Amino acid sequence: MKETRTVLESADISRALTRISHEIVESNKGVDGLVLVGIPTRGTILAQRIAEIISRIDGSTPVAVGSLDITLYRDDLARNPMRPSQPTEMPVTGIDGTTVVLVDDVLFSGRTVRSALDALNDHGRPKVVRLAALIDRGHRELPIRADFIGKNLPSAKDERISVRLEELDGEDSVTIS
Amino acid sequence: MRHLLDTRTLTRDEAILILDIAEDMSATQQREVKKLPTLRGKTIVNLFYEDSTRTRISFEAASKRLSADVINFSAKGSSVSKGESLKDTAQTLQAIGADGVVIRHPASGAPAMLASSGWIDAGVLNAGDGTHEHPTQALLDAFTMRRRLFGENSRGRDLDGISVVIVGDIMHSRVARSNLWLLKVLGANVSFVAPETLLPYGTREWPVTIYHSLDTAIREANPDVIMLLRIQTERMHAAFFPNEREYARNWGLNDVRVAGLQDRTIIMHPGPMNRGLEISAGAADSERSTVLEQVANGVSVRMAALYLLLSGERGESA
Repeated sequence: MKETRTVLESADISRALTRISHEIVESNKGVDGLVLVGIPTRGTILAQRIAEIISRIDGSTPVAVGSLDITLYRDDLARNPMRPSQPTEMPVTGIDGTTVVLVDDVLFSGRTVRSALDALNDHGRPKVVRLAALIDRGHRELPIRADFIGKNLPSAKDERISVRLEELDGEDSVTIS
Repeated sequence: MRHLLDTRTLTRDEAILILDIAEDMSATQQREVKKLPTLRGKTIVNLFYEDSTRTRISFEAASKRLSADVINFSAKGSSVSKGESLKDTAQTLQAIGADGVVIRHPASGAPAMLASSGWIDAGVLNAGDGTHEHPTQALLDAFTMRRRLFGENSRGRDLDGISVVIVGDIMHSRVARSNLWLLKVLGANVSFVAPETLLPYGTREWPVTIYHSLDTAIREANPDVIMLLRIQTERMHAAFFPNEREYARNWGLNDVRVAGLQDRTIIMHPGPMNRGLEISAGAADSERSTVLEQVANGVSVRMAALYLLLSGERGESA
């Protein structure tokens, strides 16, 4: 049994999200045409939190938040155990011509993001797609890079990174084991 | 899930999982791009030993929307009419490399035999076998009920306490049987209404209330759902009831009976309908009728079933 080490605590997570939010507003030059799309389950929660922080920073209209299930777009369905799909909810105004920021908790092989890009394609044609991840742990299998990163966390391939969030797990923390 | 052969052995959790995934599938069907890449590279064979245009096209649409390759096989005009056995056909499909087989067969138990024979590795989905079961029809009916009753809050719900009255030819109906088992596991109360001649032997041992009069059933069971079954004239080889007019009068859902229903009661029919026989045109075209919703939901439910059967490692039991 490997020891479990806490990498980020509640305050660190909230600082990281605040920084990501500022970076998003800065690179988009405001919140016009901005849509945050989380990848379930924890990506969706993070997208909602970032949207709240952005509306505090900017003080204007709330940022549209969506949730994009990528289960049906995965390229490894035959290799892994069956996983149930989850609801996809997109802003009613659609994503055509918008700046979509995909939000996920951990960026690893890049395959989830590839699936998400495919899935996004079926919903419309955004002007720009950016990627935000709370943790980038490396080991990419595809040429994918995040635009906004909470923390770079070099890890061994067999290590396990767990992101726990208040809304779902009762506490905020990132652990490595 | 390895195979989907019946609803009798489905657990409540499995049934709700299929219905919930069907919700997601149904959401994708509202989009401009209806196609998902989920089963890209998989081959699904529609093996139809009995004619059925609607079930076949429903499965075909479901497979194609999941990007699978579909081969339609109909026994008529095939080697089956030259005397080829199910075993030989199955081995041919194995050699072709079929990942899933959707089978409709006039013999009860044929899909179970195909699934347990070892002739083929593919996942087997029963699309109706004799008078035994038609699981995806029951699942799409349950899905339709859940949608009408709970709307947006359907996800994760069962049908606890819902009263469902199924009217007509129970004896020849695999739909009635599949519905009974599924609705029971989801917590609904089921009643059958039919002339004694159209009730199969042993019905009284099933967990179901039996009525001979539709009017009594409507009064006593206070249905949330009335499901009419088609009078299958092609299977009526004996005199099960005096004549069609008498059937329509006693067991048909006419406009007078519809007017007496509660506001929330919905009318279901697996199609194709015999208008004027088991259902009046007024009832079939009313707001309460879910006939076309059932067809649309059928594609979503079949997409969910195919996804569950064909994703994940073949050979695992979960």
